[in-house]
Amino acid sequence: MKRRAFLLILACGILCGVVAAATIGPQSGGELRFCVRADPKTFNPILVEEEPGETVRYLTGGVLIRLNRITQELEPELAMSWRVINGGRTIQFELRDGLRYSDGSALAASDVAFTMNTLLDPKLHSITGDMFRTGPGLISAGVTGRNKIEITFPQPVAGLARFFDQVPVVSPRALALAAQPAQMPVAGPYRIEEYKPGSHVLLVRNPYYWKRDAAGHPLPYLDRVRISIQQNRDLEMLRFLRGELDFVVPVDPESFDRLAAHARAEAVDAGSSLDAEFIWFNQVASAPIPAYKKAWFQSQEFRRAISEAINREDICRVVYRKHAVPAAGPVSAANRFWFNSRLKAQPHDPAAALARLKQAGFRTVGGGLQDRQGNPVEFSLITNSGNKTRERMAAMMQQDLAGIGIKLNVVPLDFPSLLERISRSFNYEASMLGFVNVDLDPNGQMNVWVSSAEMHQWNPSQKSPATAWEAEIDRLMLAQSSELGPRKRKALFDRVQEIVWEEAPFVYLVNPNALSAISTRLKNVQPSVLRPQTFWNVERLTLAP
Amino acid sequence: MSSLRRLAMLILVLVYAAGLAANWLAPAHYAAQFRDAPDAAPSRKFPLGTDAVGRDVLSRLIYGTRVSLVLAPAAAILATMVAGLLGGVAGYLGGGMEAVILRAADLFVSLPWLFLLITVRAMLPLNVPPVESVLVTFLLLGLLGWAGPARVVGATARVIRRQDFVLQARASGSGGFRLLALHVLPNLKPILLAQFWISVPVFILSEANLGFLGLGVGEPVPSWGGLLREIENVQAVAANPWLLAPLALLVVVVGCFHLLTPPEDYSK
Repeated sequence: MKRRAFLLILACGILCGVVAAATIGPQSGGELRFCVRADPKTFNPILVEEEPGETVRYLTGGVLIRLNRITQELEPELAMSWRVINGGRTIQFELRDGLRYSDGSALAASDVAFTMNTLLDPKLHSITGDMFRTGPGLISAGVTGRNKIEITFPQPVAGLARFFDQVPVVSPRALALAAQPAQMPVAGPYRIEEYKPGSHVLLVRNPYYWKRDAAGHPLPYLDRVRISIQQNRDLEMLRFLRGELDFVVPVDPESFDRLAAHARAEAVDAGSSLDAEFIWFNQVASAPIPAYKKAWFQSQEFRRAISEAINREDICRVVYRKHAVPAAGPVSAANRFWFNSRLKAQPHDPAAALARLKQAGFRTVGGGLQDRQGNPVEFSLITNSGNKTRERMAAMMQQDLAGIGIKLNVVPLDFPSLLERISRSFNYEASMLGFVNVDLDPNGQMNVWVSSAEMHQWNPSQKSPATAWEAEIDRLMLAQSSELGPRKRKALFDRVQEIVWEEAPFVYLVNPNALSAISTRLKNVQPSVLRPQTFWNVERLTLAP
Repeated sequence: MSSLRRLAMLILVLVYAAGLAANWLAPAHYAAQFRDAPDAAPSRKFPLGTDAVGRDVLSRLIYGTRVSLVLAPAAAILATMVAGLLGGVAGYLGGGMEAVILRAADLFVSLPWLFLLITVRAMLPLNVPPVESVLVTFLLLGLLGWAGPARVVGATARVIRRQDFVLQARASGSGGFRLLALHVLPNLKPILLAQFWISVPVFILSEANLGFLGLGVGEPVPSWGGLLREIENVQAVAANPWLLAPLALLVVVVGCFHLLTPPEDYSK
């Protein structure tokens, strides 16, 4: 009798456990821990413009549409459906029923209108809002029915729907409380529980978050996210190896190889990222550098020859330990749609480089290269100090260029001095930096390619294009930004990439791979080359006990 | 001379000789990149392994000795001489002059030199050849490093001024420059030597830090400071302990310098 009772209790216990597990969902609970490099400058989702703030916004903001970082396709979030009409000027959304903010208040269609009107307020200078601006005029955002909203722009906006991936819906109350982040209602998977400057941001699960998994379990699975503020990358890695963090991203190639042998960590190479490392020559007419050097830098032949003399394969193999690929141009192969597959990275060919330089009037005298006037070819390359990867690339380029008789002086500078030189005084000859691309669409690079833009680094803020090819790039970029057909836009932007390859205003070096280190405790991670690489699917992440 | 001091002298002679004979001793040129062997472990071909771009570390260490062991002591001599002169005068004369010099030293120590160095970098042309960059760097270090030692020297000179033997010399009619040159300065020698030995490793490390401002020793010229920057990464050092070779050499050389310091004391 006792044995029967015991078996019955045991069976009930097992059944209850199974039912409980099914109700709670897969491995619910736990705290995800990782680091950002600095304090978020603001928690106001409309004004965020740097990575730590963007990280918090991604985890707490509810967006209408989300870009799937693996398929690179748009997926419905707060909006059940959307439609772009009126030649790309208007987008219509239909919201889900019963949406709520983290404080329990209802999320209404009027909040979407409020968000868009605030975002595009010129007084706010929102970087997120700038993406939607293709011309003068005001937008109109109006509620057209229950859960329905229509937003009309003064000009067609190419790739309009995709921009909403970065627009969290906010209420007037949320913006009023942005200075008190713990009170700010949000519509994303987490809300801010605590912020200690210089220490951490603690996020907790939003109890009113709308999303559920296929089995009907509420998402997200994890209870908390602790974002530690840690500037020192070595300390971050040590904390990860001690098990205090669940992932580190990005990881430098040196650490990546060491991590591969670590039992508690998985080193993940997600493949070529959207980022690129490159050098460029100062072509600013008023730059305080000798006229003969300006003439070199403005010569397409000179720039192409430098490009040919650099051994990109060696940089990938030696500096990046094979975790990078030679870069062909402004778009990485990771950007599946926009990459111009006809372009190939410039192969290392010092003989061709010398022949090209000789054709342009340069000659070799006593092992060194000289221009027509007999000036020895020597220039300085500035880059940000402390970045060992760039310093090593520079050392390798120094040797490559010495092979064709060019003397390269590498000058690492502190970042403020570097910025001052490349953006104000223009007192430099060549510079090496990297692009951190977060946007797949070429409109995100508008501020680089248009000759009047400040980020047009080789010759910024031009009143009118200095060269015919820059005028052609201007025309193509503006044409693609107002063209709606993806194929036509692609054809236009392909041509931009070809001109950049031919003229080499930026000498692209490598596209580094997206490297991350992930604790073996963290499950359901699908590392992507797009930011946020590791936690883009944060709602479905779980921690093994 | 004790056997320990003889050994220290021998080591220093060998290290200096190696630096001067780098062209013959180093297995490879300091800038030669063996790109098929980056970060190689020590081997017969590369006795101390290679760096991240495949340069032979032993060769760079030998060539770096030339830069660091000639210029760091030169900068230390400059700093110590300025400190000895100003600190000695301040301590010996006392009164208003002492107050002025020591306040100037305090001010010098408290100034934000980082910004001055950034300004200096901004004023220098970018195309400074590595050799000139090295000289400018160590000249700056020498000129900026006097204030701390000057305070110590000043305090010591003040004590010496009140010693009996100085009072006796003064009573015998000695004074002015003669008193300073024959009685005060010789007794400052141990302090000046100590300040000199302390400054040498400090300047070697400072040179590495100046690299952060674009001063320092430019690529591809090696220096001990530059080589020491390679050991910033704790994990890299744990995985490749031979990266500590430049640090070991620095410790040995500084230790030797200290052993050679005369064990004199001005109070004796």
